[in-house]
Parts: sequence; structure tokens; C-alpha cells
Amino acid sequence: MAAKRKTPVKTRNPDLIRGVGKYSRSKMYHKRGLWAIKAKNGGAFPRHDPKPKAPAAAEKPPKFYPAEDVKKPLLNKRKPKPTKLRASITPGTVLILLAGRFMGKRVVFLKQLTSGLLLVTGPFKINGVPLRRVNQSYVIATSTKVDISGVNVDKFDDKYFAKEVDKRKKKTEGEFFEAEKEDKKKLPEDKKEDQKAVDASLIKSIEGVPDLKAYLAARFSLKSGMKPHELVF
Amino acid sequence: MPFKRYVEIGRVALVNYGKDYGKLVVIVDVVDQNRALVDAPDMVRGQMNFKRLTLTDITIDIPRVPKKKTLIEAMEKADVKNKWESSSWGRKLIVQKRRASLNDFDRFKLMLAKIKRSGVIKQELTKLKKENASSI
Repeated sequence: MAAKRKTPVKTRNPDLIRGVGKYSRSKMYHKRGLWAIKAKNGGAFPRHDPKPKAPAAAEKPPKFYPAEDVKKPLLNKRKPKPTKLRASITPGTVLILLAGRFMGKRVVFLKQLTSGLLLVTGPFKINGVPLRRVNQSYVIATSTKVDISGVNVDKFDDKYFAKEVDKRKKKTEGEFFEAEKEDKKKLPEDKKEDQKAVDASLIKSIEGVPDLKAYLAARFSLKSGMKPHELVF
Repeated sequence: MPFKRYVEIGRVALVNYGKDYGKLVVIVDVVDQNRALVDAPDMVRGQMNFKRLTLTDITIDIPRVPKKKTLIEAMEKADVKNKWESSSWGRKLIVQKRRASLNDFDRFKLMLAKIKRSGVIKQELTKLKKENASSI
């Protein structure tokens, strides 16, 4: 292959109209400098002989032919992207959770993970919501923003939140009748440390805004007379 | 009870239906029994049914179908904007708009302020009640 240019050249032959170029074949021959290449190579265009191909390994005939032709499935090269993030959701936005254990809680958005889910934290000390993943569809974005510059969220991804797989031991007859020895799974210490680290600078910036701490501690609810389609969040 | 607000050239009206809802416009001419020619500084002059207008107390002094420039000058001279915003009707509309544009956080702060205010009032009330009860 000839050496590739760093930037591709825009065509030397602009279109007068689709299908008709400005310059004729002979003019283009001159413009492309083919005469110079020929002169450099002694009057003939340089040609490279094809490299000798390595001999292909002898293929054995297959042992088994299916009775009818088997169709090959079509090739799928699709790479799924994370869900498009709503323009109103930016790092530091206060979100209202609409479903689940923490329904109605106001929570700070940290970042969007590669699976498309939103990484969110209470902060834990303020409203009891830990570092958690949440789906964008179950969230109302308010226009209140918290300063999130002091927080490092690089280490959190979907693998961090994967459930721990524990090996099930085979039960013998005697053990079946014993009480279930599995006690409640304790939260590992390093996850608690991560929570504290993320929340430390967040809480400082939250306390800088008057009433924001009480706001995050309170739950949202629809009251009489509130029309959701008319409310500005 | 006689009418107090008349349709006349120069009467300022509030649009209560349609694309220009909530705008203050000036009646500049009467087209027929149902329609008026209406104009405002930020609007192309056009006709409007009287049913879409609510008359206000404010009038300005203009000739019939004035040029836009004369209209704007007359509105400045009569100080329509300030008269409107200081009238109780105008103030009510401003408050309504402000309440509708409140953020979720603003509504929370409003709730805290209301609770605080009513706490102060109740304190005073109980104090007065006690004084009254003791004096009887």
C-alpha cells in the first residue's frame, strides 16, 4: 500500500454539477502529477508484484453434513449505548425518587454509569439514602443544583454494585433440619468508607446553602391543590 | 347599576383568551359590533373579539388608529405600566405568576417561612389571651 497522508486531500476536481467535473481526463492526469511519477520511474508506472502467498493448509472434508442446509444467523455488530441522559440532569442536580424503598426522597445525582443507570447518594447522613443506582425513568429532576466539585466518583461503576455470589454448600440430611445458619449479610467496611468519603465534601457544600439540608431530609409528596403538570420542578 | 368601563379608543384591556393571553393591549379602533382593532408595543396590530378582552380602568389619550410611535409615547405619558402594576388587579396577577414559577426548593422554603410566621402569630395570640384572661 502507498504511504497514507496525514490529512485526506479534498478532491482536486470540483463538481460543476453532479456527475460532471471541472477538469478533463488529460487535465487531471497533469494535476495528479502522474507524469512526474512516470518520469521518476523511467517512463513506466511503477508496479508492485503481488507478494507470494503462503500455501493454504489442506482442508479435510467434514465428517458430517446436515440433512438440510443450515442457515447462518445474520451478523449483528450493534454496540448498545447508555440511555440518553435528560438535559435537565447534570452532576449535582437534586432528584426526587419516585419508586422503591426511598420513594419521595430528595437525592443528589453524581454521574451516569455505563449501564445507563444514575449513580445517586442521599447523602447518607442527611436522608439515609446510600450510594445507589437508580433508573432515569423513575426520577424527577429539579432545577436545584449542589456543588459537586469536591467529590471523586471515578471508582464507582456497575461492577461495584454487583451482588456477591456465595458458594452454596451441599446440605446433608442432618443439616436440613438445623436452623438456617446464614445470618444477615453485613455491609463491608470499605463500602461504608466509600460512602463517608463521597459524603464528606458534599455535606460541606450542602451546609453552605441555607435550608438545603432540611430540604434534602424531607420527603416530597403531592398535597391538595398541587397539579403535577403545572408544577415547576 | 350603570357601566363604569366603556369600550373607547384608548381603553387598555387585558387579553383573556388566545395566543396573547395575559397581555395588556390598547383598543385603537372598533371594527364592528363584536370586534376591535387592538395594539400593543410588542405586538402586530390586529383585530380581536371583545369576548377575548377584559376592560381595565386605565385609558390613554390617543387619536383613532395612531402610529406605533405615537401609541408608545402616549403609553409612556400615561404611565400605563406602573399604574397597572400598582393596581390591586395587576398586583394579584404578578403574585399568581410568581407562585406558578416557584421551584420545588422554593416551595419548601415557603413552607418553612409560613410555619415560622404562624408560630410567631400564635405566640402573640396566646400572650394576649393570657393577659385578657388574667385581667377579667
